[in-house]
Amino acid sequence: MQQIGPLFKREFLGYFRSPVAYVFLVVFLFTSVGLAFFVGGFFKANLASMESFFVFHPWLFLFLIPAAGMRLWAEEKRTGTVELLFTLPVTTLEAVLGKFLAAWAFLTLAILLSLPLALTVGWLGSPDWGVIASSYLGSILMAGAYLGVCSLTSALTKNQVISFVLSVLACFVLLCLGWSVFSGVLGTVLPVWAVDLVANFSFITHFDAFTKGIVDPKDVAFFLSLAGFTLFLNIVVLER
Amino acid sequence: MIEVKALVKTFGAIRAVNGVSFTVRRGDILGFLGPNGAGKSTTMKMITGFLRPDAGTAIVDGIDVAKDPVAVKRKLGYLPESAPAYPEMTVEEFLGFIAEIRGFRTAAARRAQVERAVGLTHLASVRNQTIETLSKGYKQRVGFAQALLHDPPALVLDEPTDGLDPNQKNEVRDLIRHMAVEKAVILSTHILEEVEAICTRVIIISKGRLVADETPAQLRARQPGARLDEIFRSLTQSDL
Repeated sequence: MQQIGPLFKREFLGYFRSPVAYVFLVVFLFTSVGLAFFVGGFFKANLASMESFFVFHPWLFLFLIPAAGMRLWAEEKRTGTVELLFTLPVTTLEAVLGKFLAAWAFLTLAILLSLPLALTVGWLGSPDWGVIASSYLGSILMAGAYLGVCSLTSALTKNQVISFVLSVLACFVLLCLGWSVFSGVLGTVLPVWAVDLVANFSFITHFDAFTKGIVDPKDVAFFLSLAGFTLFLNIVVLER
Repeated sequence: MIEVKALVKTFGAIRAVNGVSFTVRRGDILGFLGPNGAGKSTTMKMITGFLRPDAGTAIVDGIDVAKDPVAVKRKLGYLPESAPAYPEMTVEEFLGFIAEIRGFRTAAARRAQVERAVGLTHLASVRNQTIETLSKGYKQRVGFAQALLHDPPALVLDEPTDGLDPNQKNEVRDLIRHMAVEKAVILSTHILEEVEAICTRVIIISKGRLVADETPAQLRARQPGARLDEIFRSLTQSDL
Protein backbone atom coordinates (compact mmCIF):
# COMPACT_ATOMS: atom_id res chain seq x y z
CA MET A 1 0.00 0.00 0.00
CA GLN A 2 2.97 2.34 0.46
CA GLN A 3 3.30 2.61 -3.32
CA ILE A 4 -0.05 4.40 -3.63
CA GLY A 5 1.55 7.69 -2.56
CA PRO A 6 3.99 8.10 -5.47
CA LEU A 7 1.42 6.78 -7.97
CA PHE A 8 -1.19 9.22 -6.67
CA LYS A 9 1.23 12.12 -6.83
CA ARG A 10 2.32 11.37 -10.40
CA GLU A 11 -1.22 10.92 -11.65
CA PHE A 12 -2.66 13.97 -9.88
CA LEU A 13 0.15 16.31 -10.96
CA GLY A 14 -0.09 14.71 -14.42
CA TYR A 15 -3.45 16.39 -14.92
CA PHE A 16 -1.80 19.78 -14.50
CA ARG A 17 1.17 19.00 -16.76
CA SER A 18 -1.11 19.26 -19.79
CA PRO A 19 -3.83 21.78 -20.68
CA VAL A 20 -6.43 19.04 -20.10
CA ALA A 21 -6.86 19.90 -16.41
CA TYR A 22 -7.43 23.60 -16.97
CA VAL A 23 -9.84 23.05 -19.83
CA PHE A 24 -11.72 20.50 -17.78
CA LEU A 25 -11.95 22.68 -14.66
CA VAL A 26 -13.18 25.69 -16.62
CA VAL A 27 -15.74 23.69 -18.59
CA PHE A 28 -16.93 21.97 -15.43
CA LEU A 29 -17.36 25.26 -13.58
CA PHE A 30 -19.07 27.05 -16.48
CA THR A 31 -21.53 24.28 -17.24
CA SER A 32 -22.40 23.50 -13.62
CA VAL A 33 -22.95 27.15 -12.70
CA GLY A 34 -24.48 27.97 -16.11
CA LEU A 35 -27.08 25.21 -15.71
CA ALA A 36 -28.00 26.53 -12.27
CA PHE A 37 -28.27 30.14 -13.49
CA PHE A 38 -30.01 29.74 -16.83
CA VAL A 39 -31.87 26.42 -16.64
CA GLY A 40 -32.37 25.84 -12.94
CA GLY A 41 -33.72 29.34 -12.23
CA PHE A 42 -31.16 30.02 -9.49
CA PHE A 43 -32.06 33.75 -9.36
CA LYS A 44 -35.75 33.49 -10.18
CA ALA A 45 -36.37 31.12 -7.28
CA ASN A 46 -35.29 33.91 -4.92
CA LEU A 47 -34.22 31.33 -2.33
CA ALA A 48 -30.98 31.14 -0.37
CA SER A 49 -30.40 27.57 -1.52
CA MET A 50 -28.11 25.70 -3.89
CA GLU A 51 -30.63 23.07 -4.89
CA SER A 52 -30.81 24.38 -8.46
CA PHE A 53 -27.03 23.92 -8.64
CA PHE A 54 -26.84 20.36 -7.34
CA VAL A 55 -29.93 19.02 -9.09
CA PHE A 56 -28.05 18.91 -12.41
CA HIS A 57 -25.00 17.08 -11.09
CA PRO A 58 -26.14 13.53 -12.00
CA TRP A 59 -26.65 14.69 -15.62
CA LEU A 60 -23.53 16.80 -15.77
CA PHE A 61 -21.41 13.95 -14.43
CA LEU A 62 -22.80 11.67 -17.11
CA PHE A 63 -20.61 13.46 -19.67
CA LEU A 64 -17.89 15.18 -17.70
CA ILE A 65 -16.69 12.26 -15.59
CA PRO A 66 -16.24 9.89 -18.55
CA ALA A 67 -14.29 12.75 -20.15
CA ALA A 68 -11.97 12.87 -17.14
CA GLY A 69 -11.84 9.10 -16.62
CA MET A 70 -11.51 7.80 -20.18
CA ARG A 71 -7.74 8.27 -20.25
CA LEU A 72 -7.01 6.54 -16.93
CA TRP A 73 -6.01 3.17 -18.41
CA ALA A 74 -6.68 3.61 -22.14
CA GLU A 75 -3.87 6.16 -22.38
CA GLU A 76 -1.38 3.92 -20.54
CA LYS A 77 -2.22 1.06 -22.86
CA ARG A 78 -1.92 3.16 -26.01
CA THR A 79 1.46 4.68 -25.14
CA GLY A 80 2.83 1.39 -23.74
CA THR A 81 3.55 2.89 -20.32
CA VAL A 82 1.34 0.19 -18.83
CA GLU A 83 4.29 -2.16 -19.42
CA LEU A 84 6.57 0.21 -17.55
CA LEU A 85 4.08 0.60 -14.71
CA PHE A 86 3.57 -3.12 -14.21
CA THR A 87 7.27 -3.94 -14.28
CA LEU A 88 7.82 -1.50 -11.40
CA PRO A 89 7.37 -3.04 -7.96
CA VAL A 90 3.66 -2.25 -7.63
CA THR A 91 0.66 -4.55 -7.28
CA THR A 92 -2.39 -4.16 -9.51
CA LEU A 93 -4.41 -3.06 -6.48
CA GLU A 94 -1.95 -0.27 -5.67
CA ALA A 95 -1.90 0.92 -9.28
CA VAL A 96 -5.70 0.90 -9.59
CA LEU A 97 -6.21 2.68 -6.26
CA GLY A 98 -3.45 5.23 -6.85
CA LYS A 99 -4.90 6.24 -10.20
CA PHE A 100 -8.50 6.19 -8.99
CA LEU A 101 -7.81 8.29 -5.91
CA ALA A 102 -5.86 10.83 -7.94
CA ALA A 103 -8.70 11.22 -10.43
CA TRP A 104 -11.21 11.41 -7.59
CA ALA A 105 -9.20 14.12 -5.87
CA PHE A 106 -9.10 16.02 -9.15
CA LEU A 107 -12.89 15.77 -9.53
CA THR A 108 -13.34 16.83 -5.91
CA LEU A 109 -11.28 19.91 -6.69
CA ALA A 110 -13.52 20.62 -9.69
CA ILE A 111 -16.64 20.32 -7.53
CA LEU A 112 -15.22 22.46 -4.73
CA LEU A 113 -14.29 25.26 -7.16
CA SER A 114 -17.97 26.23 -6.99
CA LEU A 115 -17.59 27.17 -3.29
CA PRO A 116 -17.65 30.93 -4.06
CA LEU A 117 -21.22 30.33 -5.21
CA ALA A 118 -22.08 28.91 -1.78
CA LEU A 119 -20.34 31.82 -0.06
CA THR A 120 -22.29 34.30 -2.18
CA VAL A 121 -25.54 32.59 -1.24
CA GLY A 122 -24.49 32.82 2.41
CA TRP A 123 -23.71 36.52 2.01
CA LEU A 124 -27.01 37.32 0.33
CA GLY A 125 -29.27 35.23 2.54
CA SER A 126 -29.14 32.67 5.28
CA PRO A 127 -29.02 29.24 3.65
CA ASP A 128 -29.11 25.92 5.52
CA TRP A 129 -25.38 25.18 5.65
CA GLY A 130 -26.08 21.58 6.63
CA VAL A 131 -27.94 20.99 3.38
CA ILE A 132 -25.15 22.61 1.36
CA ALA A 133 -22.51 20.49 3.14
CA SER A 134 -24.44 17.25 2.65
CA SER A 135 -25.04 18.15 -1.01
CA TYR A 136 -21.32 18.64 -1.55
CA LEU A 137 -20.61 15.33 0.20
CA GLY A 138 -23.22 13.55 -1.92
CA SER A 139 -21.85 15.09 -5.10
CA ILE A 140 -18.28 14.03 -4.27
CA LEU A 141 -19.36 10.48 -3.37
CA MET A 142 -21.42 10.22 -6.53
CA ALA A 143 -18.43 11.40 -8.56
CA GLY A 144 -16.43 8.52 -7.03
CA ALA A 145 -19.06 5.99 -8.12
CA TYR A 146 -19.16 7.42 -11.66
CA LEU A 147 -15.39 7.39 -11.77
CA GLY A 148 -15.25 3.73 -10.72
CA VAL A 149 -17.40 2.84 -13.73
CA CYS A 150 -15.22 4.99 -16.01
CA SER A 151 -11.98 3.49 -14.70
CA LEU A 152 -13.34 0.02 -15.43
CA THR A 153 -14.42 0.82 -18.99
CA SER A 154 -11.11 2.59 -19.59
CA ALA A 155 -9.25 -0.61 -18.68
CA LEU A 156 -11.24 -2.55 -21.29
CA THR A 157 -9.79 -0.73 -24.30
CA LYS A 158 -6.81 1.26 -25.49
CA ASN A 159 -9.02 3.60 -27.48
CA GLN A 160 -10.14 6.64 -25.51
CA VAL A 161 -13.19 7.25 -27.73
CA ILE A 162 -14.49 3.72 -27.15
CA SER A 163 -13.72 4.15 -23.46
CA PHE A 164 -15.74 7.41 -23.37
CA VAL A 165 -18.76 5.96 -25.18
CA LEU A 166 -18.79 2.82 -23.02
CA SER A 167 -18.59 4.90 -19.83
CA VAL A 168 -21.43 7.21 -20.89
CA LEU A 169 -23.59 4.21 -21.80
CA ALA A 170 -22.93 2.38 -18.53
CA CYS A 171 -23.48 5.52 -16.47
CA PHE A 172 -26.64 6.38 -18.45
CA VAL A 173 -28.15 3.01 -17.56
CA LEU A 174 -27.29 3.49 -13.88
CA LEU A 175 -28.75 7.00 -14.03
CA CYS A 176 -31.97 6.12 -15.87
CA LEU A 177 -33.03 3.37 -13.48
CA GLY A 178 -34.10 6.04 -10.98
CA TRP A 179 -35.09 8.83 -13.36
CA SER A 180 -38.75 9.72 -12.81
CA VAL A 181 -39.57 9.56 -16.54
CA PHE A 182 -38.14 6.06 -16.86
CA SER A 183 -39.72 4.89 -13.59
CA GLY A 184 -43.08 6.13 -14.85
CA VAL A 185 -42.81 4.00 -17.96
CA LEU A 186 -41.60 1.04 -15.93
CA GLY A 187 -44.51 1.51 -13.52
CA THR A 188 -47.02 0.73 -16.26
CA VAL A 189 -45.66 -2.79 -16.75
CA LEU A 190 -44.11 -3.72 -13.38
CA PRO A 191 -45.50 -3.77 -9.83
CA VAL A 192 -44.41 -0.94 -7.53
CA TRP A 193 -41.96 -3.04 -5.50
CA ALA A 194 -40.12 -4.05 -8.68
CA VAL A 195 -39.86 -0.42 -9.82
CA ASP A 196 -38.47 0.54 -6.38
CA LEU A 197 -36.01 -2.32 -6.52
CA VAL A 198 -34.70 -1.22 -9.91
CA ALA A 199 -34.57 2.42 -8.80
CA ASN A 200 -32.37 1.37 -5.90
CA PHE A 201 -29.51 0.87 -8.35
CA SER A 202 -29.64 4.42 -9.62
CA PHE A 203 -27.41 7.39 -8.91
CA ILE A 204 -30.40 9.76 -8.72
CA THR A 205 -32.28 7.83 -6.05
CA HIS A 206 -29.29 7.89 -3.71
CA PHE A 207 -28.18 11.41 -4.56
CA ASP A 208 -31.62 12.96 -3.90
CA ALA A 209 -31.43 12.39 -0.16
CA PHE A 210 -28.11 14.27 0.07
CA THR A 211 -29.59 17.34 -1.66
CA LYS A 212 -32.33 17.42 0.99
CA GLY A 213 -29.78 17.42 3.80
CA ILE A 214 -30.03 13.73 4.70
CA VAL A 215 -26.80 11.73 4.99
CA ASP A 216 -28.09 8.19 5.08
CA PRO A 217 -25.40 5.51 5.64
CA LYS A 218 -27.24 3.40 3.04
CA ASP A 219 -26.64 6.02 0.36
CA VAL A 220 -23.00 6.48 1.37
CA ALA A 221 -22.61 2.70 1.28
CA PHE A 222 -24.21 2.56 -2.17
CA PHE A 223 -21.76 4.98 -3.76
CA LEU A 224 -18.72 3.52 -2.00
CA SER A 225 -19.67 -0.07 -2.77
CA LEU A 226 -20.37 0.75 -6.41
CA ALA A 227 -16.91 2.35 -6.65
CA GLY A 228 -15.38 -0.62 -4.78
CA PHE A 229 -17.09 -3.19 -6.97
CA THR A 230 -16.11 -1.51 -10.24
CA LEU A 231 -12.51 -1.15 -9.03
CA PHE A 232 -12.48 -4.84 -8.14
CA LEU A 233 -13.62 -5.65 -11.70
CA ASN A 234 -10.97 -3.20 -12.90
CA ILE A 235 -8.27 -5.28 -11.19
CA VAL A 236 -9.69 -8.49 -12.65
CA VAL A 237 -9.66 -6.97 -16.15
CA LEU A 238 -6.06 -5.76 -15.81
CA GLU A 239 -4.79 -9.08 -14.46
CA ARG A 240 -6.46 -11.11 -17.19
CA MET B 1 21.14 -14.87 -11.38
CA ILE B 2 18.34 -15.37 -13.90
CA GLU B 3 17.10 -18.90 -14.43
CA VAL B 4 14.43 -19.45 -17.06
CA LYS B 5 12.62 -22.77 -16.83
CA ALA B 6 10.51 -24.17 -19.67
CA LEU B 7 8.48 -21.02 -20.32
CA VAL B 8 5.34 -21.45 -22.42
CA LYS B 9 2.99 -18.72 -23.62
CA THR B 10 0.07 -19.11 -25.99
CA PHE B 11 -1.93 -16.28 -27.57
CA GLY B 12 -5.14 -17.72 -28.99
CA ALA B 13 -4.07 -20.45 -31.41
CA ILE B 14 -0.46 -19.27 -31.64
CA ARG B 15 2.16 -20.67 -29.31
CA ALA B 16 4.49 -17.68 -29.02
CA VAL B 17 6.98 -19.27 -26.63
CA ASN B 18 7.32 -23.03 -26.45
CA GLY B 19 9.43 -24.40 -23.62
CA VAL B 20 12.34 -21.95 -23.52
CA SER B 21 14.96 -22.59 -20.80
CA PHE B 22 18.33 -20.94 -20.11
CA THR B 23 20.35 -19.41 -17.29
CA VAL B 24 22.26 -16.15 -17.04
CA ARG B 25 25.02 -15.74 -14.47
CA ARG B 26 26.43 -12.57 -12.98
CA GLY B 27 28.90 -11.07 -15.45
CA ASP B 28 27.14 -12.59 -18.44
CA ILE B 29 25.83 -10.50 -21.31
CA LEU B 30 23.33 -12.73 -23.02
CA GLY B 31 22.40 -11.84 -26.59
CA PHE B 32 18.87 -12.92 -27.31
CA LEU B 33 18.44 -13.39 -31.06
CA GLY B 34 15.65 -14.44 -33.32
CA PRO B 35 13.60 -13.28 -36.29
CA ASN B 36 10.79 -10.82 -35.61
CA GLY B 37 7.88 -12.61 -34.00
CA ALA B 38 10.03 -15.49 -32.74
CA GLY B 39 9.02 -14.83 -29.13
CA LYS B 40 11.89 -12.69 -27.81
CA SER B 41 9.78 -9.91 -26.36
CA THR B 42 7.20 -12.33 -25.00
CA THR B 43 9.93 -14.27 -23.16
CA MET B 44 11.30 -11.04 -21.70
CA LYS B 45 7.86 -9.91 -20.61
CA MET B 46 7.41 -13.19 -18.75
CA ILE B 47 10.79 -12.88 -17.01
CA THR B 48 9.92 -9.36 -15.85
CA GLY B 49 6.51 -10.42 -14.57
CA PHE B 50 4.49 -8.34 -17.04
CA LEU B 51 2.96 -11.41 -18.67
CA ARG B 52 2.01 -14.52 -16.78
CA PRO B 53 3.42 -17.71 -18.34
CA ASP B 54 1.03 -20.54 -19.20
CA ALA B 55 3.65 -22.98 -17.94
CA GLY B 56 7.19 -22.82 -16.59
CA THR B 57 8.68 -19.95 -14.62
CA ALA B 58 11.66 -17.66 -14.23
CA ILE B 59 13.78 -17.35 -11.09
CA VAL B 60 15.63 -14.09 -10.49
CA ASP B 61 18.18 -14.00 -7.66
CA GLY B 62 16.43 -16.95 -6.02
CA ILE B 63 12.90 -15.51 -6.30
CA ASP B 64 10.23 -17.20 -8.38
CA VAL B 65 8.40 -14.69 -10.57
CA ALA B 66 5.24 -16.79 -10.53
CA LYS B 67 5.14 -16.75 -6.73
CA ASP B 68 6.34 -13.23 -5.89
CA PRO B 69 6.31 -11.02 -8.99
CA VAL B 70 6.70 -7.77 -7.02
CA ALA B 71 9.91 -8.99 -5.36
CA VAL B 72 11.32 -9.95 -8.77
CA LYS B 73 10.38 -6.53 -10.16
CA ARG B 74 12.43 -4.97 -7.36
CA LYS B 75 15.52 -6.94 -8.46
CA LEU B 76 15.20 -6.21 -12.15
CA GLY B 77 15.82 -3.25 -14.36
CA TYR B 78 13.75 -3.51 -17.52
CA LEU B 79 13.90 -1.49 -20.71
CA PRO B 80 10.75 -2.35 -22.68
CA GLU B 81 10.79 -2.23 -26.47
CA SER B 82 10.56 1.40 -27.73
CA ALA B 83 11.24 2.69 -24.20
CA PRO B 84 7.81 3.90 -23.05
CA ALA B 85 7.71 6.87 -20.65
CA TYR B 86 5.12 9.43 -19.58
CA PRO B 87 5.42 12.03 -22.36
CA GLU B 88 4.15 15.05 -20.42
CA MET B 89 6.79 14.70 -17.66
CA THR B 90 10.26 16.18 -17.80
CA VAL B 91 13.21 13.79 -17.66
CA GLU B 92 13.92 14.79 -14.08
CA GLU B 93 10.29 14.46 -12.94
CA PHE B 94 10.04 11.07 -14.60
CA LEU B 95 13.24 9.70 -13.05
CA GLY B 96 12.21 11.20 -9.72
CA PHE B 97 8.95 9.27 -9.91
CA ILE B 98 10.78 6.03 -10.75
CA ALA B 99 13.19 6.61 -7.85
CA GLU B 100 10.32 7.19 -5.45
CA ILE B 101 8.49 4.06 -6.52
CA ARG B 102 11.77 2.12 -6.37
CA GLY B 103 11.86 2.94 -2.67
CA PHE B 104 14.09 6.03 -2.49
CA ARG B 105 11.70 8.02 -0.35
CA THR B 106 13.84 10.84 1.03
CA ALA B 107 14.54 13.81 -1.22
CA ALA B 108 18.31 13.33 -0.80
CA ALA B 109 18.27 9.63 -1.74
CA ARG B 110 16.04 10.31 -4.70
CA ARG B 111 18.29 13.08 -5.90
CA ALA B 112 21.39 10.91 -5.59
CA GLN B 113 19.85 8.10 -7.67
CA VAL B 114 18.57 10.49 -10.33
CA GLU B 115 21.98 12.22 -10.55
CA ARG B 116 23.73 8.88 -10.93
CA ALA B 117 21.36 7.68 -13.68
CA VAL B 118 21.48 11.03 -15.50
CA GLY B 119 25.27 10.95 -15.36
CA LEU B 120 25.58 7.37 -16.62
CA THR B 121 23.28 7.95 -19.57
CA HIS B 122 24.44 11.54 -20.39
CA LEU B 123 21.04 13.13 -19.99
CA ALA B 124 22.17 16.29 -18.19
CA SER B 125 21.55 18.56 -21.18
CA VAL B 126 17.88 17.58 -21.50
CA ARG B 127 16.95 16.98 -17.87
CA ASN B 128 14.38 19.78 -17.78
CA GLN B 129 12.76 18.97 -21.13
CA THR B 130 9.49 17.08 -21.36
CA ILE B 131 9.96 13.57 -22.72
CA GLU B 132 7.61 14.13 -25.68
CA THR B 133 10.03 16.77 -27.07
CA LEU B 134 13.04 14.41 -27.04
CA SER B 135 14.52 12.67 -30.07
CA LYS B 136 14.40 8.90 -30.35
CA GLY B 137 17.96 8.51 -29.10
CA TYR B 138 17.33 10.56 -25.98
CA LYS B 139 14.04 8.76 -25.30
CA GLN B 140 15.93 5.49 -25.46
CA ARG B 141 18.46 6.84 -22.95
CA VAL B 142 15.65 7.91 -20.62
CA GLY B 143 14.40 4.32 -20.77
CA PHE B 144 17.91 3.18 -19.97
CA ALA B 145 18.27 5.58 -17.06
CA GLN B 146 14.95 4.33 -15.71
CA ALA B 147 16.11 0.69 -15.94
CA LEU B 148 19.40 1.14 -14.10
CA LEU B 149 18.30 3.82 -11.66
CA HIS B 150 18.13 1.49 -8.66
CA ASP B 151 21.38 -0.31 -9.60
CA PRO B 152 19.65 -3.68 -10.06
CA PRO B 153 21.57 -6.97 -10.02
CA ALA B 154 19.91 -8.03 -13.28
CA LEU B 155 19.00 -6.08 -16.41
CA VAL B 156 16.56 -7.07 -19.14
CA LEU B 157 16.89 -4.87 -22.22
CA ASP B 158 14.53 -5.24 -25.16
CA GLU B 159 16.35 -3.93 -28.25
CA PRO B 160 18.37 -1.30 -26.38
CA THR B 161 20.11 0.09 -29.47
CA ASP B 162 17.08 0.14 -31.74
CA GLY B 163 16.75 3.46 -33.56
CA LEU B 164 20.06 4.88 -32.38
CA ASP B 165 22.73 6.31 -34.65
CA PRO B 166 26.11 4.51 -34.84
CA ASN B 167 27.74 6.76 -32.22
CA GLN B 168 24.90 6.33 -29.78
CA LYS B 169 24.95 2.57 -30.38
CA ASN B 170 28.60 2.48 -29.45
CA GLU B 171 27.98 4.50 -26.36
CA VAL B 172 25.14 2.23 -25.21
CA ARG B 173 27.30 -0.86 -25.83
CA ASP B 174 30.11 0.62 -23.76
CA LEU B 175 27.66 1.34 -21.00
CA ILE B 176 26.30 -2.22 -21.05
CA ARG B 177 29.79 -3.73 -21.10
CA HIS B 178 30.83 -1.51 -18.23
CA MET B 179 27.82 -2.43 -16.11
CA ALA B 180 27.84 -6.13 -16.85
CA VAL B 181 30.89 -6.70 -14.66
CA GLU B 182 28.73 -7.21 -11.62
CA LYS B 183 25.32 -7.73 -13.24
CA ALA B 184 23.47 -10.31 -15.27
CA VAL B 185 22.29 -8.78 -18.54
CA ILE B 186 19.87 -10.09 -21.14
CA LEU B 187 19.52 -8.03 -24.29
CA SER B 188 17.50 -8.79 -27.35
CA THR B 189 18.59 -7.58 -30.73
CA HIS B 190 18.48 -8.45 -34.38
CA ILE B 191 21.78 -6.79 -35.14
CA LEU B 192 24.28 -9.62 -35.44
CA GLU B 193 27.39 -7.45 -35.20
CA GLU B 194 26.14 -6.33 -31.80
CA VAL B 195 26.29 -9.87 -30.53
CA GLU B 196 29.91 -10.19 -31.59
CA ALA B 197 30.70 -6.78 -30.15
CA ILE B 198 29.48 -7.23 -26.59
CA CYS B 199 27.78 -10.54 -25.84
CA THR B 200 29.45 -13.32 -23.90
CA ARG B 201 26.72 -15.76 -24.84
CA VAL B 202 24.15 -16.12 -27.60
CA ILE B 203 20.71 -17.64 -27.58
CA ILE B 204 18.74 -18.00 -30.77
CA ILE B 205 15.04 -18.73 -30.76
CA SER B 206 12.87 -19.51 -33.70
CA LYS B 207 9.11 -20.00 -33.63
CA GLY B 208 9.14 -19.96 -29.84
CA ARG B 209 11.80 -22.69 -29.53
CA LEU B 210 15.43 -22.50 -28.50
CA VAL B 211 17.69 -23.46 -31.42
CA ALA B 212 21.11 -22.39 -30.08
CA ASP B 213 22.69 -21.56 -26.71
CA GLU B 214 26.45 -21.04 -26.94
CA THR B 215 29.29 -18.49 -27.07
CA PRO B 216 29.64 -16.24 -30.14
CA ALA B 217 32.84 -18.18 -30.99
CA GLN B 218 31.01 -21.52 -30.90
CA LEU B 219 28.27 -20.06 -33.08
CA ARG B 220 30.85 -18.96 -35.61
CA ALA B 221 32.50 -22.40 -35.50
CA ARG B 222 29.27 -24.06 -36.69
CA GLN B 223 30.09 -23.09 -40.26
CA PRO B 224 33.72 -22.01 -40.49
CA GLY B 225 34.18 -19.18 -42.95
CA ALA B 226 30.50 -18.33 -43.15
CA ARG B 227 29.18 -14.93 -42.14
CA LEU B 228 27.12 -14.73 -38.92
CA ASP B 229 23.95 -13.83 -40.76
CA GLU B 230 24.29 -16.96 -42.90
CA ILE B 231 24.55 -19.11 -39.79
CA PHE B 232 21.59 -17.23 -38.31
CA ARG B 233 19.58 -17.86 -41.47
CA SER B 234 20.28 -21.56 -41.54
CA LEU B 235 19.30 -21.92 -37.87
CA THR B 236 16.03 -20.03 -38.22
CA GLN B 237 15.13 -21.22 -41.69
CA SER B 238 11.96 -22.89 -40.50
CA ASP B 239 10.53 -19.40 -40.00
CA LEU B 240 10.67 -18.55 -43.67
